[in-house]
Amino acid sequence: MIHTFAFDGIFIVMDVNSGAVHAVDEPAYYIIKALETAHEEDVAAQYLPVYGVETVKEVLQEAADLKANGMLFAPDPLPHGFYNANADGAVKALCLHLAHDCNLRCRYCFASQGDFGGDRGLMSKEVGRAAIDFLMHASGSRRHVEVDFFGGEPLLNVPVMEDLVEYGRARAGEACKIIKFTLTTNAMLLDAKMQRFIIDNDLAVVLSVDGRPQVHDHMRPTPGGGGSYRRIMERCTEFVRLPFEKDYYIRGTFTRHNLDFAEDVRHLAEAGFDHLSVEPVIAEAEMDYALREGDLPVIFAEYDKLTRYLLERHRQGRPVEFFHFNVDLDDGPCLAKRLTGCSAGTEYLAVAPTGEMYPCHQFVGRHGFQVGTVFNGVEKDTTNMFSQAHIYNKQACQKCWARFHCSGGCHANALAFNGDLLEPYGLGCELAKKRLECALYLKVCTTAG
Amino acid sequence: MGKHIKTISGRTLQSTVRDGGCGECRTSCQSACKTSLTVGNQACNKKKN
Repeated sequence: MIHTFAFDGIFIVMDVNSGAVHAVDEPAYYIIKALETAHEEDVAAQYLPVYGVETVKEVLQEAADLKANGMLFAPDPLPHGFYNANADGAVKALCLHLAHDCNLRCRYCFASQGDFGGDRGLMSKEVGRAAIDFLMHASGSRRHVEVDFFGGEPLLNVPVMEDLVEYGRARAGEACKIIKFTLTTNAMLLDAKMQRFIIDNDLAVVLSVDGRPQVHDHMRPTPGGGGSYRRIMERCTEFVRLPFEKDYYIRGTFTRHNLDFAEDVRHLAEAGFDHLSVEPVIAEAEMDYALREGDLPVIFAEYDKLTRYLLERHRQGRPVEFFHFNVDLDDGPCLAKRLTGCSAGTEYLAVAPTGEMYPCHQFVGRHGFQVGTVFNGVEKDTTNMFSQAHIYNKQACQKCWARFHCSGGCHANALAFNGDLLEPYGLGCELAKKRLECALYLKVCTTAG
Repeated sequence: MGKHIKTISGRTLQSTVRDGGCGECRTSCQSACKTSLTVGNQACNKKKN
């Protein structure tokens, strides 16, 4: 199986099963496309009058060489589709909901403005430490473990976060593990002291800003209804300008109200942020800001526009890393990783403030999905249910050229929109495919110089 | 590199079946509320180190 597409006059062929990517000229583009469904002799006969004998012969020879080397029309890497994911049953990453409360009232918040549909509350030090203890034990022989401080707004619970960073490092050291912390925050409380803490403790940070002031303020108001853009941008700018190495992303959400989201990326990039992620909102169809199938042509055109802007920045020597357009073709994930996907419910669990554990942060508060507690460990094993929800078991993925890159999409979205872990959220699939095309095009352009 | 076909990446998924699966890479949330990503853009931890 191959995927072929052209972007601004560049012809690209991706070999789905091997993952190999080829930039080709026009004759090769059409001849390879034809080879997917027709015999070589028929393809040659079809294109001889168009491109001439020599060109057709050369293309066919190059294609045959690639095929012989497993980089074109490669067979399925797992012909029987069987994969024993997470065979050791390890849990290596926890998302700690430090606060089920928030100091913003974002309209699109999946967490019901921070409380996840339950009581507002903060995680105690005891629960947090028990979560770290659980992680050290449950990660087994895995050396790298991860803790994500999440909410609500985690900076409403700074003392516990600070304690857990210290405790986590100590416990990881005892267990000869490497622990990586990430803080996902709306940046309202990202003051100088917190900025320093983040730098000193090597926390990765994800800072939420949606883009242009009117776009951000419309969707991310304060509880009093005021805008939050000004304060957040001041704090994010201060942080990013600190003369220390930092691992950060400015992440935004685009909705039906800003389908011209490339302008928001441009706004953030021109403000001096060079690690950006602006993502489509996930919302129930009846919400006024929810994306619809009918919006896809506009969204695709906007991704094209964004791609051209990012390429221009690259060529100007001012590159911006746009998270969704990063693709690592040489040192990217192995096949096993591409089948385990996000690892929700298997290697990755989320912890509510009171210590209940769920397959991921999207499931927190949905009691049917509780898998245990940090005190008792995993009591209801969902590993099999989630680990079997991989691309070989999803009918839609079997026909999709992007399957080894997206890994089947978000489990929570599949359940929310289709009530079935094995049926991916279709709109998300279309967006993922478009982003991958943009990413591959950028890769081809930047690799070729 | 061919005259008509320039291979940008020739590393094959098949080759990772043999030496992959160590489970040391970062998790990769795909929901929109976190910084979601396509798994394909992640770096292999073995290669990184």
